[in-house]
Amino acid sequence: MRTEKSTNLLAGETVRGVIVLLSLGSAAFGASAPPLSPTNIFAPNSTPADSIFNLSLFVLSVTAGIFVIVGGLLAYSVVKFRKRTNDDGREPPQVYGSNQVELAWTVIPVLIVVALFMATARVIATVQHPPMPDNAIEVVAIGHQYWWEYRYPGLKVVTANELHVPVSDPAHPTPTHIDLLSADTDHSFWVPRLAGKTDLIPNHPNSTWIDPHETGLYLGQCAQYCGTQHAKMLLRVYVQSQQDFDRWIQEQREPAHGSDAASRGQHIFETTACINCHAVAGTVADGRFGPDLTHLMSRDTIAAGAAPNNPENLKRWIQSPDTIKPGSLMPAMQLSDRDLGALTAYLETLR
Amino acid sequence: MSTDAIAWPSSESLSPPFVDRLHEWITTVDHKRLGIMYIVYALIFLVIGGIEATVMRIQLIRPLNDFVSPQVFNRMFTMHGTTMIFFVAMPLVFGFANYLLPLMLGARDMAFPRLNAFSFWLTAFGGLLLYFSVLGANGLYGAGNAPDVGWFAYAPLTSLAFSTGHSTDFWTLSLLVSGFGSIGTGVNIVATIISMRCPGMTLGKMPLFAWLNLVMGAMVLVVVSPLTAAQIMLMIDRYLGGHFFDTQAGGSAVIWMHFFWIFGHPEVYILVIPAFAVISEVVPVFSRKTMFGYPVMVGATVAIGFLSMSVWAHHMFTVGMSQMGNTFFVITTMAISVPTGIKIFNWLATMWGGKIIFKTPMLFAIGFLFQFLIAGLTGIMLAAAPWDWQLTASYFVVAHFHYVIVGAIIFALFGAFYYWYPKMSGKMYNETLGQWHFWLFLIGFHLTFDFMHIPGLLGMPRRIYTYEPGRGWEGWNLIVTIGVVFQALGVLVFIYNLLWSYFRGEAAGNDPWDAWTLEWSTSSPPPAYNFATMPTVRSRRPLWDLKHPEDPDWKYE
Repeated sequence: MRTEKSTNLLAGETVRGVIVLLSLGSAAFGASAPPLSPTNIFAPNSTPADSIFNLSLFVLSVTAGIFVIVGGLLAYSVVKFRKRTNDDGREPPQVYGSNQVELAWTVIPVLIVVALFMATARVIATVQHPPMPDNAIEVVAIGHQYWWEYRYPGLKVVTANELHVPVSDPAHPTPTHIDLLSADTDHSFWVPRLAGKTDLIPNHPNSTWIDPHETGLYLGQCAQYCGTQHAKMLLRVYVQSQQDFDRWIQEQREPAHGSDAASRGQHIFETTACINCHAVAGTVADGRFGPDLTHLMSRDTIAAGAAPNNPENLKRWIQSPDTIKPGSLMPAMQLSDRDLGALTAYLETLR
Repeated sequence: MSTDAIAWPSSESLSPPFVDRLHEWITTVDHKRLGIMYIVYALIFLVIGGIEATVMRIQLIRPLNDFVSPQVFNRMFTMHGTTMIFFVAMPLVFGFANYLLPLMLGARDMAFPRLNAFSFWLTAFGGLLLYFSVLGANGLYGAGNAPDVGWFAYAPLTSLAFSTGHSTDFWTLSLLVSGFGSIGTGVNIVATIISMRCPGMTLGKMPLFAWLNLVMGAMVLVVVSPLTAAQIMLMIDRYLGGHFFDTQAGGSAVIWMHFFWIFGHPEVYILVIPAFAVISEVVPVFSRKTMFGYPVMVGATVAIGFLSMSVWAHHMFTVGMSQMGNTFFVITTMAISVPTGIKIFNWLATMWGGKIIFKTPMLFAIGFLFQFLIAGLTGIMLAAAPWDWQLTASYFVVAHFHYVIVGAIIFALFGAFYYWYPKMSGKMYNETLGQWHFWLFLIGFHLTFDFMHIPGLLGMPRRIYTYEPGRGWEGWNLIVTIGVVFQALGVLVFIYNLLWSYFRGEAAGNDPWDAWTLEWSTSSPPPAYNFATMPTVRSRRPLWDLKHPEDPDWKYE
């Protein structure tokens, strides 16, 4: 165990060097994102991703060592044993094999495999389904074709596409346990800086967990091909301080606030196909095929992260969703300009 | 009147009319012609699959590009994957096995020549069926043409609810039909190697090429069947009200994954073992040494054959298997690196102390060794299940398996083309063009697939038709796409070389490489009957014995 730790450290230094090189390379190509990429698996910020990162350093160092040795031998023999121009034309000595040598290069790889296996098995045992503390946040994430539904059963909150979780102080962990379900096809939940991916498969419940160590926005996206708009099924995880998270939960539990100014828009919403798929708590709208819109305006994006949430984009999304996300299941509503304006005005009151 | 007065032209002096020649090729049961037909067929599909890849790479060259629609992009990766595996790689390995096995074993044909022809035509029609979807799949629904469910077609995306029209049907039926062709060829390869060897050629004196293809043939028999069964179940689901994969009615999407990958993973070895077979012929001849550790190579191959059937669920580390299940597939997957490593060491030992000649086949073989080493090492990274939770379904895994399939398998097969082209055509290929092909393709390969690993590490999933700027992916994707240009140029040079050398190349002679296996003892191209007299062998290198009567192999084996 002790030796493995020190190997890990050593490997850590090497890999960190490589990562710095990579980030320099990326900077040269004008990437504006933080450290290297907001979805870099080598920038973990949660226990599952951390454990994987440490394992990856060990595996990387072992494989890098094998590469240097075997690749070096290959390069050496190609150069050293090339046929020379002053060759005497005779065949080289024919060597048929050697049991000792074969034994050596069987046993050594077996030992390496055993070491790699032990390290891997240990991480599987610690990361997969550990017992959760009582104060863990329970979330149910349901994959739909091209968007995410999030339910907080204990907290009576339903939202979509933007997951809010509290930051977890390693001294007093408040992890989030996420049940993963699918309403239609296979999907996969992948926020690289928080955890590896776990698939959402219909009729096959799965779960994962995260305990982000720092507040901030963590990005990811669906990682299992799920149909036409698989590419724009983006994941946004907002990690908040406990106070901010509690406040957010409070707001989300409020019903929708109607306002007289928007009543025409509300009427349009409730008398068109909108309510077949969308719900607004406290109104007649209780569709479940599309995202819950009760607190639509509390979200930064629409269409599962495909566009910023602003009035122009809302109008575009309602009138011609294909210009934002061609092939999504949101139909073009074909409203008059006046109705569209009224409807958007109503949606803007859903805070 | 005397008939003597009329001078009939001798039938030798005139080439028969085109229709007759075509008829001969279509009705042939000759293993050499069928082998060449497999190979030409695969080359045509290689170009088609390459064009599909190019379309995808143009689309991904920059963020939010709109070169093609998401629908077209999804069809492109489905067709690219299906084409390259089933209608390029499989026909290529079958083609070389068909052409070479009887010649290497000292036989006059495969064990079942008619089954051989039948298998080829099934495979051929399977490919045509897949591409007929472009015209036929719209059906009554106007629901799009080519299949768009991905090459492993996970349920329930393939159910009628999510895949209307007939595109999935064309995909299923084409794999069903070509799958029967593969099974027929598997039977034929095994039977030929078991029962058609010439006098003196015991199993232990077969060329390694034959041993490795024997393992490949046996694996085809075992693992293509589950794929075929799964396709039948899918059709029952789609048209006869079955619920195998119907998750809404208690069916299981995970069962499809098991059926697919119990085929899908051994399939990689079905393709790479024949590549090993090529390397095991090319490396000794161009190092001028006998194969180091022949019995160990055979043992390692058989071990890979068995182990490869116990690793399939490493494609499924993210589907929520138990800790025990994940751990089991970690150890089996890592274990397979041992026999694979042994093979690399034995090839290295064969080169060690040799006199290496850098002709095009050997260049490709060295490329194979280097790239297969890297592919194996990234494979170990993916075998570490927790790391796989990050890496799988990302561009890292796409880079990894292209390293296996292009960097190893296709490089070995390019080597095979140059090595046996003189035998098959009777003409020598152009060495300068061959080396141009090698270097262009090598540069293109490394630009594309080395740099493809990085966006995967930075969180880029596969199968996305576009991505947003600011993820740190754009520079890498640009380089990856630039590499495609070099690869395409390399393939163009290759095809030009094949055609040019066929018409203009110098006569090759029987044995241009001073090689040691039986195919080099007959004329180039070989006559229909292969050998005028049945050869008799005493060692693994019969032509070495002939050329070195003072120091024959059979004294040492």
